[in-house]
Amino acid sequence: MNEKLVVIGNGMAGVACVDQILKHSAQFDITIFGDETHVNYNRIMLSSVLAGEKEFEDIVLNDIAWYRKHGIKARLGLRIESIDRDARTVTGADGSVTEYDKLIFATGSNAFVPPIAGADKGGVFVWRTLDDTRQLVEMCGQGIKAVVIGGGLLGLEAARGLQVRGCDVTVVHLSGHLMERQLDPAGGSYLTSKMSGLGIKVLTSKSTQAILGNGHVQGLRFADGSVIEANLVVIAAGIKPNSALAKTAGVQVNRGIIVNDHMETSDPHIYAVGECTEHRGQLFGLVAPLFDQGKELAAAITGNRGKGFEASAPAAKLKIMGVDVFSAGDLDESKPGTETVRFEDPSLGIYKKLVLRDNRLAGVILVGDASDDHRYMDWIRTQKDLARERRHLMTPLPSADAGLDVAQMPDSDTVCGCLGVTKGAIIQAIHEQGISTLAQLKDRTRASTGCGSCGSLCQSLLKAVSPEFQEDKVKVLCDCVKFSQDQLREMVRTQQLKSVQDVLDIYGNGIGCEVCKPAISYLVDVVWCGDHQEDRSARYINDRVHANIQKDGTFSVVPRMRGGVTTPAELKRIAEVAEKYNVPMVKVTGSQRLDLLGIKKEDLPKVWAELGMPSGQAYTKGVRMVKTCVGTEFCRFGTQDAISAGIELETRLENLFTPHKTKMAVVGCPRNCAEATVKDIGLVGQDGSWQVVVGGAAGKGVRKADLLVTVETTAEALEAAELFFQYYRETASYLERTYDFVERLGIEKVRRETIYATAEVRGGLLSRLQKAKARSTDAWLERDSPRPTQFVQITPMETWSASQ
Amino acid sequence: MNKSEWIRITPASNIPPREGRAVNLGELEIAIFNLGDRFVALENRCPHKGGPLADGIVSSLDGVVTVTCPLHNWRICTDSGAVRKPGGEAACVRSFAVKVEDGIVSIAREAPVAVPV
Repeated sequence: MNEKLVVIGNGMAGVACVDQILKHSAQFDITIFGDETHVNYNRIMLSSVLAGEKEFEDIVLNDIAWYRKHGIKARLGLRIESIDRDARTVTGADGSVTEYDKLIFATGSNAFVPPIAGADKGGVFVWRTLDDTRQLVEMCGQGIKAVVIGGGLLGLEAARGLQVRGCDVTVVHLSGHLMERQLDPAGGSYLTSKMSGLGIKVLTSKSTQAILGNGHVQGLRFADGSVIEANLVVIAAGIKPNSALAKTAGVQVNRGIIVNDHMETSDPHIYAVGECTEHRGQLFGLVAPLFDQGKELAAAITGNRGKGFEASAPAAKLKIMGVDVFSAGDLDESKPGTETVRFEDPSLGIYKKLVLRDNRLAGVILVGDASDDHRYMDWIRTQKDLARERRHLMTPLPSADAGLDVAQMPDSDTVCGCLGVTKGAIIQAIHEQGISTLAQLKDRTRASTGCGSCGSLCQSLLKAVSPEFQEDKVKVLCDCVKFSQDQLREMVRTQQLKSVQDVLDIYGNGIGCEVCKPAISYLVDVVWCGDHQEDRSARYINDRVHANIQKDGTFSVVPRMRGGVTTPAELKRIAEVAEKYNVPMVKVTGSQRLDLLGIKKEDLPKVWAELGMPSGQAYTKGVRMVKTCVGTEFCRFGTQDAISAGIELETRLENLFTPHKTKMAVVGCPRNCAEATVKDIGLVGQDGSWQVVVGGAAGKGVRKADLLVTVETTAEALEAAELFFQYYRETASYLERTYDFVERLGIEKVRRETIYATAEVRGGLLSRLQKAKARSTDAWLERDSPRPTQFVQITPMETWSASQ
Repeated sequence: MNKSEWIRITPASNIPPREGRAVNLGELEIAIFNLGDRFVALENRCPHKGGPLADGIVSSLDGVVTVTCPLHNWRICTDSGAVRKPGGEAACVRSFAVKVEDGIVSIAREAPVAVPV
C-alpha cells in the first residue's frame, strides 16, 4: 500500500516540490490542502494581473487536469487548523481528519503589517494572493488616490499596477532609498527618477504613523507630522513566514520552520519547503531558492538524499515594463579585498555597479538596463576569474555570431533560475519532443514560466537548436495596427480615442485596410456605447448602405420581422415594393423573414420608406433575428409563450452591433421547433422555467449551445440573455462568433463573469447595454437624411465629346 | 498625355475623405477616390469578377495605397491600377489622371478610349 503524503499549502513551492517527488517515485498517495480556492498559480506574476497585462488563466501553473492526471487529491479553499503528530493526522476547518505518513509544510508567508494605527480601516489592503489582487482591481479607477506603504519589489509593482488602472499613486518608503535591500543609495535614486517618470510619486524616509479616516481610509499621517490624502492603501512592507500552525503542533520553529539541508524538520515525519522555512538562520522570499529546496526535499522524502540544500546567491528583478532593475549576490563593500566598478549615465538613466572580490563577481546592481543580467548571474554562480574580462565588464564585446552567447553556455548552465531548467535539459527536450515554439517549450519544460525573464534566452536557444523554429504568433489585428484586439480595446478606452482614424494615426500606419478598419469601427462603438465618431469610410459597403451587396453589385433587403411574426398589411407592402422595383427574387430566409434580392443602390432609401419596416440588419455583424415557435399561443405542446418572449428579446437587442452576426431563437418547449439550441443565444421553455443557452451553431460546423442558466421567469431569462449578449460584445474579438468565443473561454468562465458575477459587474454590463441601446437607431431611418452622395450616382458636369 | 482632354466631373466635396464614388462617362464607369492628400481615378470594375471598386475600403498594403474590392477582397493599387493581391496577377485596372481646381474634380484620359455612344 502506498504511503500517505499530505502537503499543507498549494502554492508554487509546495506544488513544485510535489512535481519533483513524482519524478522520483509514485510511492505516495498525495493530498494537497490549499486555503486559497485556486489551483496552483504563478504568484510572481500577480503584478501582471494587477497591471492588466495578464488574466488569471495566463498565470495558472498546474490546472485541475494536472492534479487528476497524477492522482493527487486537491482540497482547495480548506485551511488546516491543527496537527496531531502522535496520531499523524491533520484536521481541517471543516472538521475532516486526514492521516499522513509524511507531512510537508508549504504554508508560505503572510504579509507583514507594521503596527500602524488604523491599519484595519476599510480601503486598506495587503497584497499576497489572487483574491487580494482581484479586490484591488475592483477598487482601482480614475480619481482614486492610492498610497503604497513599502518601496520594495512588491510595493513598486503594486504601485505600477494601480497606476495603470487609473489611480494617482504615491509610494511611501521607510528607508532612505527604494529597494534598500537590493540597491545602494545611488541605484535607489536612479530608480526613484524612473518611477517619477512613470508618474508615480515617491516619498522616502517616511514613517507612517497612522491611517486616518472614519471607518474608511481618508489619508495618512507620518512621524514628521505631515499628512497626505488617500482613499486606497496597500501595505507592502514585507513578508513573514507562515509558521504558526507548525509551532502549535510542536515542530521546532524560530522565525520560520527550522529545516536542515534536506528540508527535514525536528519531526522525522515532517518536512517543510518554501517561504515558511528557516535554513541556517536564513529566511526566503524569492522564488529560485524555493525550487532548489523542493528538489532536495523530493530527494530526501523518497529516500534519495542528495548533497543537501545550499542557499544560492539571491537575485531580484523588478517586473515593471520600462523600468529595468536587477540585483544579485553580495553587495557588501566593506569586506576585505572588495573592489567596486561603476558606470552611470544620468541622462539615459542607466546605473550599473559590480562588486568584485578577488577578481570574482560577488554582487551586481543594474538599473535602467538589465540586459546583461544573465551574464553577471553566471559570473556570480561560477565564480569565474574575471582578470581577462576586466576591460569589458560593463559592455561585452559585440559578437559577430548571434548564436554565440547561447553556444558559449555549457549544458549544465541554468537557463531558467526560477524552475531550475538547464540548457542541456532544454536542448534534450527540443530534440526529443520536436519543440519548435516558445509556447511549446514553456509547456513541456516549464522553463520561462516563473518570472519569465529568461524568455529571450529560451528563444535564442530555440532559434539555435530547433530545426523548425517558429516565432510565437502574437495575434495582432493586422499589419496596419500591430496590436492585439485586447490591447487595442484598452488603448481606445484609456487614451479616450473615439474615431477609427485616431487609432490608425496613433497606433497604426495611418491608412488601415479592410481587416482592421471594420474591427476598429466596432471597437470604438462598443467601448463608448455608441458615443463615438462614426466614420463610414472605415465601414464595409454593407454598413455604408445598410444592405447586403450581391455578386452583381446590387443589394438585398431584409426588413425586420420580430420573432418571425408579420401582418397582412406588411405582406401587402412587401409585395407592392417587390413589383414596383422589379425585384428579381423574393425569398423566405432561414431566419423566418423575407429577403428582397437584386435592388439597385439608388433605390434603397425609397424601398425602405415604402416598406415602412425597420432594418433587419441582415447585412451586418449585428443582431440578426429571434426565431420563435408558436409556443403556448397556439401549440398544444407549448409550455411557455415563445412568441412574446422572442419579440421582446429582439426589441431589446435590435439595432446593436456585435463582434459577428448574432442569431437567436426562443422555443416554447424542449421539442425545439425553432432550433434554439444551435443559435448564438437561445431560450428554451420548459414547464415552469426557461433554459438560457449560448454558443450554439448550425453553420460550417454544428455545435450544441451550452446551458448558461435555468431560471423561472421570462424576465430573468431575458436578463441572462442580455448579460451574455453584452459580455460577448465587450469581450470577444471582432469576427469571433459566440460558438468560438464560448468554446475559447469555457462556459464556466462565461457564467462566472455574467450571471454569477457580482451585482456590481452585472449592473455594469446591463447599464452599458442600455446606454448603447439608447444611442442606437434603425439604420434605415437614414433615408430621411442620407449622406449626400451615398445613394445617388454622381452626374458628371461634362463628358468626353464623341469627337475625341 | 494630352491634358487638354481634362473634363470637369463634380465638386470635390461630393467625394468624402477615404471613400470612392462612381461616375458614368458614356460606357465607362469610373471610380474616383478621395485619399485625403490627393484624388485618384480607376475604372470601376475589378478585373476579378467585376466588383464595384468605388464601394471598396481604401487600404494600404506594404506602403502602397490600395482599394479593396468589396466582393472578394482583391487589392488594387489606386495610383497604377495594378492588382497587388492576390500576388502574381498580371491584371490591371485602367487608371486616369485627376486634378482638383477651384474645388472641382477633373479627370483626363491617358489614351484614346472607345468612342462613347
